[in-house]
Amino acid sequence: MPEDWQAGGFGLYIHWPFCQSKCPYCDFNSHVAARIDQTRWTRAYISEIDRIGAQTKGRTLRSVFFGGGTPSLMDPTTVDDILTKVRATWPMSNDIEVTLEANPTSVDAGHFAGFKDAGVNRISMGIQALNDNDLKALGRLHTVAEARSAFEIARGLFDRVSFDLIYARQNQDVAAWRSELNTALSMAVDHLSLYQLTIETGTAFGDRYAAGRLNGLPDEDRAADLWDVTQDVCQTHGFSAYEVSNHAKQGQESRHNLIYWRYGDYVGIGPGAHGRLTLDGQRWATEAPKPPGEWLAQVESTGAGELPREALSADDQLTEFLLMGLRLTEGVDLRRLGAAENPDLAANIARLEDDGWLEQDDLRLRVSPKGRPLLNAVLRTLLSD
Amino acid sequence: MTDLAHIRNFSIVAHIDHGKSTLADRLIQETGTVADRDMKAQMLDSMDIERERGITIKAQTVRIDYKAQNGEMYVLNLIDTPGHVDFGYEVSRSMRAVEGSLLVVDSTQGVEAQTLANVYQALDADHEIVPILNKIDLPASDCDAVAHQIEDVIGIDASDAIRVSAKTGVGIKETLEAIVHRLPAPKGDATKPLKAMLVDSWYDSYLGVVVLVRIIDGIMRKNDRIMFMQNGTVHQIDRLGVFKPGMMPVEELGPGEIGFLTAQIKQVRDTRVGDTITTEKKGVTQALPGFKPAVPVVFCGLFPVDSSEFEDLRDAIEKLALNDASFSFEMETSAALGFGFRCGFLGLLHLEVIRDRIEREYNIDLITTAPSVVYHLYMKDGTQIDLHNPADMPDLTYVDHIEEPRIKATILVPDDYLGDILKLCQDRRGVQLDLTYAGSRAMVVYDLPLNEVVFDFYDRLKSVTKGYASFDYQLAGYQEDNLVKMSVLVNDEPVDALSMMVHRDRAEMRGRAMVEKLKDLIPRHMFKIPIQAAIGGKVIARETLSALRKDVTAKCYGGDASRKRKLLDKQKAGKKKMRQFGKVDIPQEAFISALKMDG
Repeated sequence: MPEDWQAGGFGLYIHWPFCQSKCPYCDFNSHVAARIDQTRWTRAYISEIDRIGAQTKGRTLRSVFFGGGTPSLMDPTTVDDILTKVRATWPMSNDIEVTLEANPTSVDAGHFAGFKDAGVNRISMGIQALNDNDLKALGRLHTVAEARSAFEIARGLFDRVSFDLIYARQNQDVAAWRSELNTALSMAVDHLSLYQLTIETGTAFGDRYAAGRLNGLPDEDRAADLWDVTQDVCQTHGFSAYEVSNHAKQGQESRHNLIYWRYGDYVGIGPGAHGRLTLDGQRWATEAPKPPGEWLAQVESTGAGELPREALSADDQLTEFLLMGLRLTEGVDLRRLGAAENPDLAANIARLEDDGWLEQDDLRLRVSPKGRPLLNAVLRTLLSD
Repeated sequence: MTDLAHIRNFSIVAHIDHGKSTLADRLIQETGTVADRDMKAQMLDSMDIERERGITIKAQTVRIDYKAQNGEMYVLNLIDTPGHVDFGYEVSRSMRAVEGSLLVVDSTQGVEAQTLANVYQALDADHEIVPILNKIDLPASDCDAVAHQIEDVIGIDASDAIRVSAKTGVGIKETLEAIVHRLPAPKGDATKPLKAMLVDSWYDSYLGVVVLVRIIDGIMRKNDRIMFMQNGTVHQIDRLGVFKPGMMPVEELGPGEIGFLTAQIKQVRDTRVGDTITTEKKGVTQALPGFKPAVPVVFCGLFPVDSSEFEDLRDAIEKLALNDASFSFEMETSAALGFGFRCGFLGLLHLEVIRDRIEREYNIDLITTAPSVVYHLYMKDGTQIDLHNPADMPDLTYVDHIEEPRIKATILVPDDYLGDILKLCQDRRGVQLDLTYAGSRAMVVYDLPLNEVVFDFYDRLKSVTKGYASFDYQLAGYQEDNLVKMSVLVNDEPVDALSMMVHRDRAEMRGRAMVEKLKDLIPRHMFKIPIQAAIGGKVIARETLSALRKDVTAKCYGGDASRKRKLLDKQKAGKKKMRQFGKVDIPQEAFISALKMDG
């Protein structure tokens, strides 16, 4: 199955690793820097696009995604230079999606028009909460009012604007979340990401949690209740979940994220960025050095901002395909990667189908609605030896 | 060969942490037996586990050459005995090999229960006893009060107790002089046939079995053909020597001397502690009195967590058994745990030591099932069965009555905690035999069923008294009681490794505690799981572990599928630490944790 990736498409991820401040829950590769030489960074991104472009010549790009960090702090000219290089490197599909993650502050919003001119056509905004107290607790620098005006500016400029909220916050009960979610849905255009707060080790929240000083987090039962109400309310408003934490009106799903979940090929450029590339029939996992200074120096000195690539075995690929694909409501096509012929997998599928955790028709396998909040447990069973 | 008048053989009696090993180190150092540069703390304790816990399991010995203040040279033989109750028989044999004891008492703490048990062994062996008050360098030291306590509780004269700080070296010279002048010389006759006592033995990978001996009469020489009288086996001595504390060869050992021999012996099992050694020809016919074969009193199942390691476990257990005659084992099959071994131990510490050594030295993760004692089942057909494993309990209709082993426990405790101790013993079906005071401390003696003690009695004792109580016990025969087998069902399937014998009156309480514990120990599954305790077909306690409701990763970082894959691998590895019963995964630690009682 050398060209299996084509069923998932081809995209480009650009990682901008800088933020104005580090949020206490965030374990992404983000850093606060006093001064950033954007010209140097632009040169490095362009050099990386050249390098990977040469390895993936002729592929049609379906999506570009600027993630971070806070890419809305990039100069519009930086974005423009990068996108100009992208257009010169790969052919693009007519409906190419170019997304940029933005923080909802006036500074960021001041860049929006420039981003649009550079070719960005979709904004994903990190609003996170519609309640000033909780925004503070989450370490966010903006208020609800600021977020709303930044969101209005984005809406005025872009057809497609999504935003993120974090729920299952400290001391958040079901009723409060239901009402906040209703407000969010009244604002939403066509796409909404709703993430349950996860305490990650190595973050400020992780440290506080380990020290027993992070109170009021929901227990499993309340987290499950919050999940249930989220599914119900969104469905009522026509924003069904198409992925574990992502909701959209039909046809407005994030095409970029679909490439990950449909296990396509994607180029990852920038500090800590991950990629999946199929080259001459072998699928590779790529990863870049995480510290921004290290990545930059490595690109400049060696011409390649990458760690040694990992060749993915057939087993690894099947595991990743299922881990990613079953996050989607649409599920996976079992004909890919020989999944339909794998006897261990078939036995596990049969067990999970009997118990109502999985559903299957016409070789499409998906997790049932009751299985979705237990996806990790379903996957553990599905992928057990 | 040293003449009898210039030999002194002694042991040191002390509670854990009262400074026995430090004192021994100091004596070795003061006499120049070991060069300062070779000195390391606790010279005599060689196994890691011993060193970590500050306990001695095998007897160790050292020969000290000492020039006394009268100008004469003496040979002082110290036998360092195992201090723990599990090894009471070994202690009694070591005591018979020497004529005197140093009784070391921490002058900041006073006499402890373990000291008592060992000092009584020393008195039984007719020892001359020199009391030593240790740790006098500490501010909390109160020598007068502790000397009084020694007189009150033990009943020996402590007016001339030596005041020592093994740490700073104060009193060490006085101790050496007291050994020479206050302890008697051994008796014996070099012209009689050889009679020697086997004090201890252990396996050495280079030398084979090393046997520690005390010569009573006659002379033992290199190349002698000797006989072990218990089983009549004959061996030729190829090495004879003494410990200083390293091995030093000698040509012969005479009466009163303590040393070692090797004789191409393959198994420690062939060399039983307390046995008499004589020459093959013209030897003695009368063995020394007091020999007893080791009898295990506590049994438990040891199973590999990873069932593919069964053969490795067999190998480890066989190797350990070569070096430990008191440890017994036989293969066991559990419906729940697969293949493993039912092992017998002298006591709980012995169990822990063996288990730790298997995990540590052989690198095998183990599931240890509930420790059980040996029950005597009297069947209706008149036969009697020894029950080592509750899983083997026959149907009650065939059983006439059941007897269980009981112990006489001695506990010394500051009177502030006396109430807690009495309650603990009462809760464990104890019968009070005695209660006396010595100063501000109470000494309570209880008759207790051993099965109430084998599991976590000592832990509970330590926790209710904040570590201030000390405890020792002796086996005290069998007694009939109303005992039943309690089984545990998880998701309606019996888990044989969790079944246990309990007293009928305590069954509901134990069952309730057990199912509640298991509810916390077993992770939630995708379905709800009933957990029940039952006697026969009757359920006596029930809990339901509700189903998992939410377990999903909210967000993937960019396209980092590797991170998700690694997380899954980690979860799979975690699952390997569990055992599957039907559809339920039970973590290995649950088998022991479920049995711990909080009250």
